[in-house]
Amino acid sequence: MEAISRFFDGDVWWSFKRSPVTVIAAILATICILGAVLAPVIAPHNPYDLAEISLLDSNLPPAWIASGNAKFLLGTDQQGRDILSTIMYGSRVSLLVAVSAVAMSIVMGVSAGLLAGYVGGRVDSIIMRIADIQLTFPAILVALLISGIGRQFVPREMQDAIALYVIIFSIGLTGWVQYARTVRGSTLVEKSKEYVQAARVIGVSQTRIMFSHVLPNVLGPVLVIATLNIANAIIAEATLSFLGVGMPPTQPSLGTLISEGQNYLFSGEWWITVFPGVVLIVMVISVNLVGDWLRDALNPKLR
Amino acid sequence: MSALVQLKNVSKTFDVSAPWLNRVIERKPQTFLHAVSEVSFEIKRGETLALVGESGCGKSTVARLAVGLYETSTGQVIIDGHDMKASNQGTDAARAMRRKVQMIFQDPYASLNPRWRVADIVAEPIRTHKLIANGPLLDKRVAELLGLVKLTAKDGEKYPHQFSGGQRQRISIARALASNPEFLICDEPTSALDVSVQAQVLNLMKDLQREMGLTYLFISHNLQVVHHIADRVGVMYLGRIVEIGDKDEVFGAPKHPYTRMLLDAIPDLHMTGIARTPVAGEVPNPLNPPSGCAFNPRCPKKFEPCDKARPQLVSFSGREVACYAATGQDKPVDMTTALA
Repeated sequence: MEAISRFFDGDVWWSFKRSPVTVIAAILATICILGAVLAPVIAPHNPYDLAEISLLDSNLPPAWIASGNAKFLLGTDQQGRDILSTIMYGSRVSLLVAVSAVAMSIVMGVSAGLLAGYVGGRVDSIIMRIADIQLTFPAILVALLISGIGRQFVPREMQDAIALYVIIFSIGLTGWVQYARTVRGSTLVEKSKEYVQAARVIGVSQTRIMFSHVLPNVLGPVLVIATLNIANAIIAEATLSFLGVGMPPTQPSLGTLISEGQNYLFSGEWWITVFPGVVLIVMVISVNLVGDWLRDALNPKLR
Repeated sequence: MSALVQLKNVSKTFDVSAPWLNRVIERKPQTFLHAVSEVSFEIKRGETLALVGESGCGKSTVARLAVGLYETSTGQVIIDGHDMKASNQGTDAARAMRRKVQMIFQDPYASLNPRWRVADIVAEPIRTHKLIANGPLLDKRVAELLGLVKLTAKDGEKYPHQFSGGQRQRISIARALASNPEFLICDEPTSALDVSVQAQVLNLMKDLQREMGLTYLFISHNLQVVHHIADRVGVMYLGRIVEIGDKDEVFGAPKHPYTRMLLDAIPDLHMTGIARTPVAGEVPNPLNPPSGCAFNPRCPKKFEPCDKARPQLVSFSGREVACYAATGQDKPVDMTTALA
């Protein structure tokens, strides 16, 4: 309770209130996230319940166009699924992938950076050279490579089932370097501070110093990078899905929806691809803006 | 009484060479910094030895060697009969040694983990050495320790940033005392504090020493502070002890020209208006120390033998001092032995 009131009295909340762009971005991001998380509860239709969809409703335009149907606010696709509902279910997949991938990057990157910075010497050199090598490959290339390899090893009928894990793993793997570098830098700073030496004098073991003294003090910047990287991960997932190596049409993410929808663009059903695209843009920009604000708000040098 | 702490011929060199690849390409040799050279002293139980000297003279390195944060390059640090080198091995004996030797750091803003509550900071040595199990007994002990340094048990709930510099330094003292140590190393514990707070912390340290029979190694560049707290004083210059002896002897009648220069530089109310001799020149580069006595380029009493061979520490008028001019080591006979 005390922590909550301190938060609302604090600088961070103050700078949040003062920035209208951030407030709007935060509201939009919250709507997107809530819509995605609560999709099974609040979506007007269940697009994956075959009993509910009807081919008679296929290719309906958005409700405000004359031939539209008020039941389907943003229109329907070629199979009669409600676009609004598919978007909500799709953002759910997109967000799940993004959050899991970022969590994986954080775990990998923070451990690698902490180890490199604290142990130093040869361990440091090896970890950071691996990071450098990783950086020379574009993230999308690595992700394509991993999804490609991942698919080779499983039978065709199981590929859809593991697609989610493959994509989380490939996006997660490409993201760890940034965390590792940041955490290594802050670890080097913290390591030389006297409280770490004090712990050594007391006789605390190196592992314990690393996790209970250094780790809590290097996590601040990680939070900021993580917020910004969620937006990047959403984009990366959409890109992979668009290219056909991401989520299968049976479990579509926003990227898959855009990719499927563009086949109908020239036949006039623009809403199938445009609305998922707009949602993707809004989601990414709003998360990014919140992340930018967080970076400035938590940076003591800019206060 | 026997000595609790003994440093025997302790030296510490740091490898400050450029990275291997650069050395090979630029054809530079490896370079070593001799931070501390052949330092020997003893501290008796319950006594305070202060080490003074200018920045970069190696006094903090001696502190870190004594506490085991650095390993000696040559020589031994012996505390209560045990070699400190063993203290970083995970054995029970090593842990017991760690418990006996604690350190108070210079910067009270950096020596407390900002994300820990004060009670946890003070309890850390107790938990690490498993002296008291978690529970009401531990809480009581922490409260008692905070009381020792004139803080209240309620302060334990707060975080370090909610305290002033002097209070933080007292928390640091409470932490150092938590494991019932016998030997405390204080690395400029008051240099980051206001003068009024300095006195408070120093008096607290003196009281604690009397009550608990602590032994201090006190590192400082502030001679007034040293005069207040020390029993014996060692003056260091460029990694070596140049004069060491009882406080009253060293301060009352300094023999080494460097000690005299340091004492002459103290501002004094009685001397208002009188020009003081500033300490002339600067500390030479320790990577490339002068030949002979390291002090000779700055020494007002420099004469022939000073840049030829290094004077040895010899007992002279109640203290040990390393200076040809002061001890009369300049006689031709002594010269040959010194060079040999």
